[in-house]
Amino acid sequence: MDIKIRAVHKHYGSFHALRGIDLDIESGELLALLGPSGSGKTTLLRAIAGLEPLDAGQVLFGDIDATSLTVQDRKVGFVFQQYALFKHMTVFDNVAFGLTVRPKHERPSTSEIAKRVGDLLELVQLGGLEKRYPAQLSGGQKQRVALARALAIEPRVLLLDEPFGALDAKVRKDLRRWLRKLHRETGYTTIFVTHDQEEALELADRVVVMSRGRIEQVGSTDQVYDYPQTPFVFDFLGSPNVLPAVVRDGHVYLDGATAPLDSYSGPLLGPVDLYARPDDFRVVHSDPAGLAGTVVETQRTGVLIRLTITLAAGGHGIEIEIPNPDPEMQVWGAGDTISVRPAHFSVFAVGTPANGTASQAPAATTPGLGTSHTVVESRSRGR
Amino acid sequence: MSATATLPARRPTKRAIPGLGPTLGFSLFYLGLIVLIPLAGVFFKASGLGVSGIWHVITSERVLAALRLSFGAALIAALINVVFGSIVAWVFVRYDFVGKRLFDAFIDLPFALPTAVAGIALTALYSPNGWIGSLVEPLGIKIAYTPLGVIVAMTFIGLPFIVRTVEPVLREVDRDLEEAAATLGAWRWQTVVRVIAPAVFPSVVTGFALAFARAVGEYGSVIFIAGNFPLVSEIAPLLIIIKLEEFDYQGATAVAATMLVISFVLLLIVNLLQAWVRKRS
Repeated sequence: MDIKIRAVHKHYGSFHALRGIDLDIESGELLALLGPSGSGKTTLLRAIAGLEPLDAGQVLFGDIDATSLTVQDRKVGFVFQQYALFKHMTVFDNVAFGLTVRPKHERPSTSEIAKRVGDLLELVQLGGLEKRYPAQLSGGQKQRVALARALAIEPRVLLLDEPFGALDAKVRKDLRRWLRKLHRETGYTTIFVTHDQEEALELADRVVVMSRGRIEQVGSTDQVYDYPQTPFVFDFLGSPNVLPAVVRDGHVYLDGATAPLDSYSGPLLGPVDLYARPDDFRVVHSDPAGLAGTVVETQRTGVLIRLTITLAAGGHGIEIEIPNPDPEMQVWGAGDTISVRPAHFSVFAVGTPANGTASQAPAATTPGLGTSHTVVESRSRGR
Repeated sequence: MSATATLPARRPTKRAIPGLGPTLGFSLFYLGLIVLIPLAGVFFKASGLGVSGIWHVITSERVLAALRLSFGAALIAALINVVFGSIVAWVFVRYDFVGKRLFDAFIDLPFALPTAVAGIALTALYSPNGWIGSLVEPLGIKIAYTPLGVIVAMTFIGLPFIVRTVEPVLREVDRDLEEAAATLGAWRWQTVVRVIAPAVFPSVVTGFALAFARAVGEYGSVIFIAGNFPLVSEIAPLLIIIKLEEFDYQGATAVAATMLVISFVLLLIVNLLQAWVRKRS
């Protein structure tokens, strides 16, 4: 079932939790709502389920206006963060609940229910645990019971609120992979909420990045990671270095460099902020477009080595990650001089708050920063 | 053999939490001193009558009527409180309203009020010329000086037991559970019956047992409103007092011992019921 969300607004008292959300979700899609706490992602999920009444806007399930349907009639499968299993019921009764509460003429027969529940428990790999109570299950098992319970009603859409939030790292990894497989097999339109960018990128087909009640960017995992449209998205999907740079004569120059880094055709002119992730940097030798600096600290992070560098020009500190061992077999130590240049980067107007509203609307929500809030997207691929 | 010689002299304790011996010993001693010995005294005194003597006392029409009233009215009062006390607890947990704290404090008043005060207040209200009593009298209903009055007094003193035992448990029932039930298609009443009620049921049973026990033992507030007509509105504790005043000590203890046995059996049943409920969840 495809879902359309139109101009949805939600207030909690004076707090504007959703500020005009428009979103189209395709049938069978696995979509992540990604954002920090307070970004409105869970509110949006609950709004789709009908658990939060809306102040304005519409939610459409296919051609049906869901806004006029009650929670009970929406037929959404909702998996709660803390699972919300019924403690006094067995696993079987939990999964069967959605079927047994149906009015008599719609309710499947007892044997049909038993078969459906059995099939679902096989699907979530919990066959044989029908008689257990939730207290006798591990976190991962509870999660899967909650999922089976949600699937039992053959929902129009499956909604998961921080599905792996309460699990430890190892279980989380396994469940992620398993959920992806389950989605492939069942084909339910699935929306999940997460604050973990890695989880969103690994699991979803498309990612919706949210901040302060607005959608910052919607795109495939590749699009949002490689072409972040706003400093916020860039900041949230990784911890970028922000370097001062200048746009002139159709080129981008790093402050302190003598040659242009790349050509530039966007609308910005003059000083800009240049965003680049630690792994976007390359070590160079006497490149006039690059920047010289001194290594302050080195730290091994698995296959990469992270170098903390103080730049000669301006004294900025940046962090870069390079393969270890360095292809040039150089072993870096504190005090070494080094020259680097970003291979991939984005430029944004100076002072656009990375953790704020990168607002396209003229109504600036963070007065006092003085600079333009107009965000211009330009992701240049160097080399 | 030589290896055993090197074992430490001190015997390793089997349990991780130490102190079972002294604490269990103290508990039993305390229970014996405060509860069991005085109760044993009741049986000892009553035994002076002999089995047939006790049987004669407790099967007398007046004693049977008193016992029936005490336990019957207590049962009805506790059941009334189960229904309305649970609703009060629900309101306190789920809704915010002006004066909530004040109401909250009022709930505990029956705990603290001297029972005679409660009795006098209730009698003034429910007697045929009281505010409520005068309202229902034209309908042919008499509350004060009838078994109905006994039930009213017992309901009054039992309310906080239900509210205070159900309230914290109800607070623990997550909103999530209700929302989960709703997304699965359950309507409000289905959620209440199938999700919320089972979760709070053990605490309701506890509250019922406490309210019932208190009502059986209640004396002060009941005797004012009951009117104390033998065979009609005379409660067993009052009958014990009457027998004592007539210097019929053995008769009094015979009735007391009977009450004790019945109460104990009923509370035991409630406890077993609770253990059974708890095992299921």
